Amino acid sequence: MRGALKFFLTVSTGLACAFSVGCGGSSSSSSSTSTTSPTQTIVTSGANVAPISVNGGPSGNYPDAGFASVTVCVPGTTTCQTIDGVLVDTGSSGLRILSSALTLSLPQQNASDGNPVVECLPFVSGYTWGPVQTADVEIASEKASSVPIQVLSDTDFAAPAACTDQGASSDTLENLGANGIIGVGLFAQDCGSYCEVVQTAAGDFNPYYECPSSTASCQAIGESLAQQVQNPVALFSTDNNGVIIELPAVSEEPAVSGSLVFGIGTQSNNALGTAAVYTADPTSGNFSTTYSGTAYPDESFIDSGSNAYFFPSTTITQCGSTSDAPGFYCPSTTQNLSATNQGANGASGTVNFSVANAETLFNTSDFAFGDLGGTFSGGFDWGLPFFFGRNVFVAIQGQSTPGGTAPYWAY
Amino acid sequence: MGAVLAIVSFGLPAWAALGGDIASVQADQLHMQGSLRTTTAASYTVHEIQGATGAVVREYVSSAGKVFAVAWQGPWPPDMRQLLGSYFEQYRQAAKAQSSVRIGRRPLMIQQPGLVVQIGGHPRSFSGRAYIPDQLPSSVSAEAIQ
Repeated sequence: MRGALKFFLTVSTGLACAFSVGCGGSSSSSSSTSTTSPTQTIVTSGANVAPISVNGGPSGNYPDAGFASVTVCVPGTTTCQTIDGVLVDTGSSGLRILSSALTLSLPQQNASDGNPVVECLPFVSGYTWGPVQTADVEIASEKASSVPIQVLSDTDFAAPAACTDQGASSDTLENLGANGIIGVGLFAQDCGSYCEVVQTAAGDFNPYYECPSSTASCQAIGESLAQQVQNPVALFSTDNNGVIIELPAVSEEPAVSGSLVFGIGTQSNNALGTAAVYTADPTSGNFSTTYSGTAYPDESFIDSGSNAYFFPSTTITQCGSTSDAPGFYCPSTTQNLSATNQGANGASGTVNFSVANAETLFNTSDFAFGDLGGTFSGGFDWGLPFFFGRNVFVAIQGQSTPGGTAPYWAY
Repeated sequence: MGAVLAIVSFGLPAWAALGGDIASVQADQLHMQGSLRTTTAASYTVHEIQGATGAVVREYVSSAGKVFAVAWQGPWPPDMRQLLGSYFEQYRQAAKAQSSVRIGRRPLMIQQPGLVVQIGGHPRSFSGRAYIPDQLPSSVSAEAIQ
């Protein structure tokens, strides 16, 4: 297995270079030269360790996103496929794979009346739509059996208006920028108790549907917790109480490598150590961040799947709305800032961070940026730059951990 | 913001479409099957509709009776077609255009002369706001809409 992992690392680097803009130069094929904080140790070996690359991803143009390789198998068989370029997302839960990247035929999950179950999962940047299917999931040497996953496809079933009204589809490589998403967030299921019944108030969204045929109109259904798309980590036989994202400090680089470590305090290589625990609201998965004198208790969170620091500022210059960095910050000089996070458990700590000019950063051939920021009106979204230079623990609700009651983040 | 004026009703359904008039607040409340709380400020009224699943929609109505802004929060996004009304297609086109400018998962920020929409969050928690810039009462800053 170790040999296979090493092989994968080599291959993925080569692939990243093959697809990356600006590859072929002398610097772009080298690994990160950034320095790691003396207090940070990045684990690179172990049965519970999978490599993460921040390298632009399979579309070759994705800034500040971490990608891993995931193997899916027809349940109970050795008929498997390894899919690389899967976005590591602590802001959601569940595995989603592009239909166009999947060569296996996986068993379809059906509702009680026999009709296929299909999901619409809204993300801020667009929705994912496609059937719920079942796979054995393997990452590093960890395995989970018969995991409900989502296979993303605009064409297998006709998405209802309630789904397409959510914005743009993220069901293609071009739109998603990844071959899939592995949601390793705070929860064991993607939706939770909200989805166990059909919500009938007209404004309420329903993520799960049954679709009698590829063209028939789909009907909202309630979906039991066990049938919902699952965080595969929670279904591992060991190391199943959470993950650690370990990425080195970086200013700007074409690519950096780090690790996705499974389990918290379950092995010699994943101890919580002196990391401070910040518990999250068990319903929403938020904590509170105070920035520039204002507390944002309703929509603050840590999310490796967001590709910058996103927060409200009336003083930092925004990039032009018609620029190639809409929604990002474009200060003329790098801004050194700080904010304070507070967990539901009362833990509080200040985070220092910097925001540079996004247009300038995007005009390089780099894809790993430590100082990328953007606008968000209602809270503080600690995206991937937050992960550079610190190990971030994500503990799954309902699981036992050495840090106390999950869900929480620790860093 | 002023004091709570009245608790108008409970258990009724409801929301008001952006750009619509005060009557659309009642339509929205019916739609959402929520309870309605109304507060007043100097030059506008806020109608806050609380749904059974924890979703909250706030509709900002000018003294002329027009909905100039909406804000929301809940486990999943609201029915944007209902909430944005005649502005929905403009929002949808802008959202699609923006997602094609640069790959990446990030909050949505639509800033056009006639419409601003900002949405953020993650599965199990979404929030956002939308407003019509040239219909904001002169005393109201965009930051007040939340």
